Amino acid sequence: MNNHRVYLDNAATTRVKPEVAAAMTPYFTELYGNPSSVHAYGRETRKAVEEQRAKLARALNASPEEIFFTGCGTESDNWAIKGAAARPAKKGRHIITSAVEHHAVLHTCEELGKQGFEVTYLPVTDQGLVQPAALAAAVRPDTTVVSIMMANNEIGTIQPVAELAAIAHEYGALFHTDAVQAVGSIPVDVKALGVDMLSLSAHKFHGPKGIGALFIKKGTRVDTFMHGGAQERGRRAGTENVPYIVGMGEAIGLAAARLEENSKRVRGMRDRLIDGLLDRIPEIRVNGDREQRLPGNVNVSIRYVEGESLLLALDMKGIAASSGSACTSGSLDPSHVLLAIGLPHEIAHGSLRLSLSDENTDAEMDYVLEELPGIVARLREMSPLYADAVAVR
Amino acid sequence: MYTQQVMDHFMNPRNVGEIDGANGVGTVGNAKCGDIMRMFLQVEDGVIKDVKFKTFGCGAAIATSSMATELVKGKTLVEALRLTNKAVAEALGGLPPVKIHCSLLAEQAIKAAVEDYLKKIPGASRTAEEAALVEELERRPVLHEA
Repeated sequence: MNNHRVYLDNAATTRVKPEVAAAMTPYFTELYGNPSSVHAYGRETRKAVEEQRAKLARALNASPEEIFFTGCGTESDNWAIKGAAARPAKKGRHIITSAVEHHAVLHTCEELGKQGFEVTYLPVTDQGLVQPAALAAAVRPDTTVVSIMMANNEIGTIQPVAELAAIAHEYGALFHTDAVQAVGSIPVDVKALGVDMLSLSAHKFHGPKGIGALFIKKGTRVDTFMHGGAQERGRRAGTENVPYIVGMGEAIGLAAARLEENSKRVRGMRDRLIDGLLDRIPEIRVNGDREQRLPGNVNVSIRYVEGESLLLALDMKGIAASSGSACTSGSLDPSHVLLAIGLPHEIAHGSLRLSLSDENTDAEMDYVLEELPGIVARLREMSPLYADAVAVR
Repeated sequence: MYTQQVMDHFMNPRNVGEIDGANGVGTVGNAKCGDIMRMFLQVEDGVIKDVKFKTFGCGAAIATSSMATELVKGKTLVEALRLTNKAVAEALGGLPPVKIHCSLLAEQAIKAAVEDYLKKIPGASRTAEEAALVEELERRPVLHEA
């Protein structure tokens, strides 16, 4: 083993920045009042919660009263889709989403499908893009909600959300976007996007796990998901997770202040890594759109090798990555996203995702470019598929 | 998730490669499911003198291939046909439940290679023991798809 530790799984989760952890700490041991309490303890934490709400609203170009704190991105997605689908029973029972959504959206829609809703799953291009024309063809007068992610967690493709939202609105459908991978990484302006609901999660932008938010545009009718007390103006009950809300606020503040600078630097590292891999490894392909792509996303398919063995070998070199292979998903099928962009199973099994954040360095990219070609060569040497391909040539 | 033995056999697999002029070759699994194993045997006088493998698959697929070759090297064909996936998994200190199928594939790959060897011997030239093994394999065929 060596001493190198390179974290390239930032799409899974990010490191909590020390400033964030420091901002949270007093809210465990000193400022611990319940924000709903009348006394000074409660007033202190109420003030903190509302300040963070305002901070988050500013980052999204929303109003504070449009921000609702939740337990995570998955809760936000569940609330948005179930809440919006259930509400206008008169309008209809048709939902539209895409084939490349995160399971938090896909499985929620599947569940609604079981409950009698009709769900349309829009296909994507081979770059992972949802085509506005496909939505225009699928949307109907009885469509209640359209949910299309802002950026894909596996292949990083950024969807034309503004255009898609406008199409949904022509038919009076609500538009939700899962922006969990986007917030903190690229500009997210709810007014420019024209969305009715937007999900986000703090741990994707150097905040803590276990806290998220749902933006609900003023006047949007969405059913309450969590029933109980009057928190979040009666729309999401449960005592506010004050330390984590403070952590999320601190993290969004840091991310927003350096968004342009960070995304430019991360994009540079990403492109150097992609180009370097294409140069050094034969029979490799980039998954997802090269332009409409999250700054920190690298996703490649490496022929004749299997993803989990790549991850294990990288891990032995201290490099943390992720794969869409079946072996890492716990099922027999590789990632639904890679299949949706048209990859055959055997190519999808050999996929590798390296996801960067502003905390990565150029030297780390060099280290990956040094180590990965050797790992691939070793695994290919072992692969009967590679032997067969070489024999045919 | 993996034992030390699995990681050792994944990082330092034994008997990787091909045997030129192997007299038994078996391939099982398919690329669609993400696992393919190919075993090469050099059989002499009913004994596996040499064995090598090539595997496309996850860490467990590579480790079970490696361990299976170790368990049959120097053994008789009868012994090789008695190899169980359980023995392979146990020799590796156990496998996660979702990876048990890898050990089954390794068992089947060895058997497919033995079957290939036996079937290549013209019926008339088989020894009584070989003929009995062929009969046994015909009764309980190795499931393999390549």
